Amino acid sequence: MTYADFEQYADLLTIILNGERYELDEPISVAGLLARLEIDPRRVAIEHNLTIIKRQTFPEVVIGEGDRLEIVNFVGGG
Amino acid sequence: MTDSPFVIAGRTFASRLIVGTGKYSSHAVMAQAHAASGADMVTVAVRRVNISDRSKESLLDYIDTARMFILPNTAGCYTADEAVRTARLGREAGLSNWVKLEVIGDERTLFPDNEALIEATKVLVKDGFVVLPYTNDDPIACRKLEDAGAAAVMPLGAPIGSGLGIQNVNNMRIIREFARVPLIVDAGVGTASDAALAMELGADGVLMNTAIAGAEQPVAMAQAMKHAVIAGRLAYLAGRIPRKMYATASSPVEGLVGR
Repeated sequence: MTYADFEQYADLLTIILNGERYELDEPISVAGLLARLEIDPRRVAIEHNLTIIKRQTFPEVVIGEGDRLEIVNFVGGG
Repeated sequence: MTDSPFVIAGRTFASRLIVGTGKYSSHAVMAQAHAASGADMVTVAVRRVNISDRSKESLLDYIDTARMFILPNTAGCYTADEAVRTARLGREAGLSNWVKLEVIGDERTLFPDNEALIEATKVLVKDGFVVLPYTNDDPIACRKLEDAGAAAVMPLGAPIGSGLGIQNVNNMRIIREFARVPLIVDAGVGTASDAALAMELGADGVLMNTAIAGAEQPVAMAQAMKHAVIAGRLAYLAGRIPRKMYATASSPVEGLVGR
């Protein structure tokens, strides 16, 4: 790994997304992350560090290092 | 015969049959079965979005949300905390504050944990939810849930997905007698006669998933269940004849030829 690689790597943010490690190159809003993941914000509910966030605040809430995010939707069930 | 409407927490439903959305071979078959069932309330589960595979179609694309009321469940939750957390996410993802509350106590039977269920009901009622708890076929548990503010009680007929039909008919009768909120038999239905029996015992509604989704022909079974629920309800309202040990002739005993 060159120093440049290391610097780039060190700058990565690690979050826990749906229980898995997920890396971001910079802080991003919840709305930004959903866009990157191609998830329709109207179809999901999100918990950010154990607090449910309202859909209208998705553009404002910024995800930072170590944050825990749960993105859920409806699936078939009885 | 005119029937009183099926009302839960002030909301009127056209059908007394509530159906699930799980285990169908395809979303298309599910949509056809839903239409055939005549149901206007469907249950859904709340799960993590699959981040790595976004190709799957959304369940909601196959539910006629103009006609169907969506009831999120807390299936798979084993503690009151998990169930409350899941219910709150379901409320955020959906359009209502209703929840089919499940707190499971055992993996093999999927029987509810009464104590945790009552606790979760209290928390969610206080938080403004309309709580429909999936419960054991226990009249005392049902009464406690009602006291905790449940909008209906939903005792199981038999274990989830078992298709055994109503196992404890007498308990169901007692629950009927005790309940001051709607009684919905939830789980255990295997075929149309099971649903009809639930309604004949005086249930206000029946909730099922596997009986339809797992049938060889789900759309036909959905249609059968629609008629079974209507027939059972009518029979309950009509008032059945008493059971007797011996025969009573239906034809006149006088005027017989050759006597």
